[in-house]
Amino acid sequence: MKIAYYPGCTLKTKAKNLENAAIAALGKLGVEVEELERWNCCGAVYSLADDDLIHQVAPVRVLIRAKDSGANKVMTLCSQCYNTLARANRLVKEDEEKRKTLNLFMDEESGYNGEVEVVHMLQFLRDTIGWDEVKKKVVKPLAGLKVAPFYGCTLLRPTEVSIDEQPFAPKVMNEFLTALGATPVQFGSTTDCCGAYEVLVNPDAAVRQSADILVKAKAAGVDAIALSCPLCEYNLGRRQPSIKLARPEIEEMPVYYFSQLLAMALGVAEQSGPFELNNLATRAQIKERKLATV
Amino acid sequence: MTDAAVIPDMVPIFIMGKRYWVPDSLTIMKAMEYAGYQFIRGSGCRGGICGACATVYRKEGDYKIYTGLACQTVVEPNMHLAQLPFYPALRQKYDYAAASAVAETVHALYPELFRCVACNACTKVCPMDVQVMDYIAAAKRGDLEAVNEISFDCIQCGLCASRCMGELPQYHIAQLARRLYSGKIVVRTAHLNKMVDTIKGGKFEGPLQEVMKIKGDALKKLYTDRQMEPAMSDETWAPSSNVGL
Repeated sequence: MKIAYYPGCTLKTKAKNLENAAIAALGKLGVEVEELERWNCCGAVYSLADDDLIHQVAPVRVLIRAKDSGANKVMTLCSQCYNTLARANRLVKEDEEKRKTLNLFMDEESGYNGEVEVVHMLQFLRDTIGWDEVKKKVVKPLAGLKVAPFYGCTLLRPTEVSIDEQPFAPKVMNEFLTALGATPVQFGSTTDCCGAYEVLVNPDAAVRQSADILVKAKAAGVDAIALSCPLCEYNLGRRQPSIKLARPEIEEMPVYYFSQLLAMALGVAEQSGPFELNNLATRAQIKERKLATV
Repeated sequence: MTDAAVIPDMVPIFIMGKRYWVPDSLTIMKAMEYAGYQFIRGSGCRGGICGACATVYRKEGDYKIYTGLACQTVVEPNMHLAQLPFYPALRQKYDYAAASAVAETVHALYPELFRCVACNACTKVCPMDVQVMDYIAAAKRGDLEAVNEISFDCIQCGLCASRCMGELPQYHIAQLARRLYSGKIVVRTAHLNKMVDTIKGGKFEGPLQEVMKIKGDALKKLYTDRQMEPAMSDETWAPSSNVGL
């Protein structure tokens, strides 16, 4: 099976581990990941201004590239890219006037009318591969690993692009973690915002937000947090030393990309690095539990 | 002289709004010189390589903007054109020796990269058909190798920067990426280092001094008789008779 794949910029640098793990794991599941030959930044954040069509050009151009490659479905790993592309796709499908304007602007590109479906890898695993199939391929179950699923905002909101039928009580990550042999633990912050870009303009608010999430996860007795968004990883994982400066009581918490846990369970852990991109607590846990060579 | 073939067909073109009749076989550059313009800046190699003579023009009844190099583009009837010898764009200074060949170097020097909205105006205007927006996308994701490859035909004319709504200096960004990639990422070839050492070791110094003593016809003869690498030779070819080699 082949699937067209849109990586997004961050997955080529700061979140290379998210990508490497996903490609290795999908390979184990018999899926050939075909990165789009040409692609640009998706825009990172979906533009909410109704009259701001220029910021829809980037995501729509990505969808045109996917369509031109012959794909009817394009997969993303990054939650932000998923959200931006899926919402731009909906705009093209549902707003005829804006669709016309966008197509006129694109003049030299082929016309686009929403022919391509945007899916996040978790949806692809659930709907196309199936949890039973994933479970069958697990060679190293993550038995005893209590994991807090963290969706953040962009996999679930707005409801129209939610990867789960129930955006306020999602279960796709629970099903995913269960298939890997891990124990999903609800911890009350599973659909919260990580602090997002507030970290740039209002870092105190961002620290409050991410610290609360880490505290709740610890209180729920989890061993690690699993997420899918490089921005969430930045706020909840990489920034833990900075958070500790403001909130010394915070204990360091391992944070994995969901794809890294999948790669570890499927026996391709060594290809799910570089682990230097994970925080120290994650690396320590990988070593302690012999999940991979760190 | 009655042969009609030597009398050129004349066509009207509009240079900065003023109409001139010029022979239809001329390039824009020759046509402008025919019309009385003299190029002091905005003209270089006249061979389509240096990028000094970027032209923007429109055709009659067509909303699209067209571009080309004046030395390469043949005139068309009723084209409206102007030369764009230079387009100001910010070029950052940096310490090459200290710069790391990583995405962050490019991002820190040119943060305006992230103002790109993928409108593609830069690509559409490029007279060299470089996929400008694609290399900007590659620069955003830190793929210096891709920037190097995609931007390789860039002639630094600056037309991309003239059309950018994000006000990016695309061609300077590409040049930075190419410098970082070619100087710090590409593996150095061993034979080049060997040759540089040979030159530094003074092997050619004596023969060069000998050649410099030769004057006039003898020097011309030496030049015309020199051994040239055959056009289709393979990499094992080496000169056998040249003085000093």
